[in-house]
Amino acid sequence: MESALVNGLQGLVVGIVSLTLGQVFMIAVACVLLYLGIAKGYEPLLLVPIGFGAIMVNIPLADMMGKDGFLRFFYDAGVLTEVFPLLIFIGIGAMTDFQPLLQNPKIILLGAAGQFGIFITLLLALALGFDKLDAVAVAVIGACDGPTAIYVSSKFAPHMLGAVSVAAYSYMSLVPLIQPPIMRMLTTTNERQIVMGAAKTAPISKTAKIVFPIVVTIFASILAPKGAPLIATIMLGNLLRESGCVERLKSCSENELTNIVTLLLGLCIGATMEADKFLKAQTLLVLLLGFLAICIDTGVGVLFGKAMCALTGGKINPLIGAAGISAFPMSARVVQAEGQKYNKKSYLLMHAMSANAGGQIGSVIAAAVMLSVLQGMGIVGG
Amino acid sequence: MDTWTFGWSVALIGMGGTVLILWILSLLILMIKKVFPYQPEK
Repeated sequence: MESALVNGLQGLVVGIVSLTLGQVFMIAVACVLLYLGIAKGYEPLLLVPIGFGAIMVNIPLADMMGKDGFLRFFYDAGVLTEVFPLLIFIGIGAMTDFQPLLQNPKIILLGAAGQFGIFITLLLALALGFDKLDAVAVAVIGACDGPTAIYVSSKFAPHMLGAVSVAAYSYMSLVPLIQPPIMRMLTTTNERQIVMGAAKTAPISKTAKIVFPIVVTIFASILAPKGAPLIATIMLGNLLRESGCVERLKSCSENELTNIVTLLLGLCIGATMEADKFLKAQTLLVLLLGFLAICIDTGVGVLFGKAMCALTGGKINPLIGAAGISAFPMSARVVQAEGQKYNKKSYLLMHAMSANAGGQIGSVIAAAVMLSVLQGMGIVGG
Repeated sequence: MDTWTFGWSVALIGMGGTVLILWILSLLILMIKKVFPYQPEK
């Protein structure tokens, strides 16, 4: 009887005894993520499930990422197979209105400038000693696009998925804090005060809006076939939106599908944050490089905007270059707010929205190009 | 392939390729708008 009581009590305290300092630290980190999501409103749809997933996976002996664990099932089914980020892309496509881009297609080039951080960060990561494919996974944080970062890192560096995803989503939510100082540093007061003409708001025909995602899918996928799943899924979502004949599918894509996958994806990302795998010096480097990547994106975008300003005789406000990233529409709003600070008559929002829509396509294209280049070099399989 | 050959090759082709594809897409958008111009409903 006595030994049965002792053994029974042991079953209750074994979890406490097995708790490591690393797990305590990671549970604290998870609580910070939950705080940022719930109290501060930073990307709550992702940070709340990520934070909770990180708590679940750091409970000693629960083994939720073990062979038959509950989180392992979703991780293997949705993350290892790269299905979750692709399903999210369908939802993003269904939610995105590319009309500002169709009205002003030249601005799409700002969406290219906003991706240079990916490639410069790749060089920095290699200089810091990262393995080639690990460097690719870190660099893609510069796409400023969570699903793209998850897709690439789950494909080439699944052991870094937690750090890369947390960095990508955290910095995306911090865009309103990260971008303005860089925008001010790289532009003069006169440049920030430039009033751009009214944005081209010429209506776009319904047929053109329907043809756009089809043409982009065909041409961009042929040019960068390795990234075709990324391009095709976002454009499929957009086609559902613009076709006007599949309201139920569109509604499902932007609501139920995205919500369910976001929840499971968030939990799975959190599940990669096990103390013994996450608490490494390399994680800090990933966070640092991710931050640099987004700073470089913003800087190059603004510099590209300055070049366009010079080429057009001062008709373009260089601030809109900062919106050439994928954080849509947050970055465009930051540009609008910053422009208004220096000139109350300046309305940059629609111009910045064009650049921002270009940044969304640009991030997908940049990742697709990088994957295709890697395939061409024989670094990854066909 | 050594690290730096890899890094610089991916960076240069990546940046150039991204700009090139997006430029082509901007031309395609112009073409789509010409082929399917907006016509107000009668």
